[in-house]
Amino acid sequence: MTESLQSESKRGVPLWAQLLIWAGLLGLLALVALGLAKAKTPILTNGSAVPEFTLPLYEGYEYGGAADVTLAALRGKVVVLNFWASWCKPCESEAADLEAAWRIYQPGGEVVFLGVDYVDTEPEARSYLAKFDITYPNGPDMGTRISQIFNRNLGVPETYVIDRQGILRYVKIGPFASVEEIQAVVESVLAGE
Amino acid sequence: MREKTPQRILFLAFLFLAMSGLFLSARPSAVVLAQQPTPSDDEVNAIAHQLFCPVCENTPLDVCDTEACRQWRDLIRQMLAEGRTEAEIKQYFADNYGVRVLSEPPVEGFNWLAYVVPPVAFLLGAYLLFRAFRTWQRLAKEPATADSPQVPPAAADDQYAARFEEELKKRE
Repeated sequence: MTESLQSESKRGVPLWAQLLIWAGLLGLLALVALGLAKAKTPILTNGSAVPEFTLPLYEGYEYGGAADVTLAALRGKVVVLNFWASWCKPCESEAADLEAAWRIYQPGGEVVFLGVDYVDTEPEARSYLAKFDITYPNGPDMGTRISQIFNRNLGVPETYVIDRQGILRYVKIGPFASVEEIQAVVESVLAGE
Repeated sequence: MREKTPQRILFLAFLFLAMSGLFLSARPSAVVLAQQPTPSDDEVNAIAHQLFCPVCENTPLDVCDTEACRQWRDLIRQMLAEGRTEAEIKQYFADNYGVRVLSEPPVEGFNWLAYVVPPVAFLLGAYLLFRAFRTWQRLAKEPATADSPQVPPAAADDQYAARFEEELKKRE
């Protein structure tokens, strides 16, 4: 009887169908594994080359008169990339310090501060920028494309400092405590440490 | 035909002016009527339910209490008041915040798998079960063949049972 059942099951599903089912299952498993591997390494690490991105800028917060800025255009300068949002309370604690640091480095032209507004609405974002008298270039993270480059599980505030060659040199998760802390980081990247 | 007296002409002129005045005074209210009324919470939530909170994971926008969600719901209300359609609003959110905020991912790229794999797996499973049931049914109906394992006749069972009983009685 067992042999009979075995022969029936062998006749039941053709070999090509069995192969197709197994191939499909393996394909799905490969996709899941790929997703898990990506989720395991969500954050760009120090020393990595930062992939190219374009940040559209809010009106009144342009860079050199342009409505958007690319990372490639900033090669040769140290970039302080700060992710923030108007609904983020910890962002408020560092907003004034970031602006103060920007005013220190702006005349030299060696350092550029960029504010990336993360999943925010424009009216509230503008109120926030006005409230803290922020003047450095700022724009929305359209489609969360920029935050996805740096940290797939981004929380705000987060700050990434990129050196003159486009290499990530410093990551700050959470707010800066003072202008001095920001300056210390920028100076070390400027010095190439 | 009656002759048009000055009083009658005056009356007609007054009537014309009155009607014109009524028409002109009615225009602003017509403009007001053409505007969208303030959308209700239900109208806003009907769209918010199809979007996910940008900050907290797996929380629909309509039941989320964060500041970010409140801002988004205000934005939906504002866009509805401007006369934007549901599809336009959802597209705006997808463009600005990424497709991950949509409760139903758009049918493109790898997202196809989410729509295709479950029904295909279900149909395949149903087909395999159908085949298996049919096979079992056929096996149950088929008469025993020479290859089938032989079942001992009932008489043989009786012989063994009788002997077993006998041995038990001897031991008692």
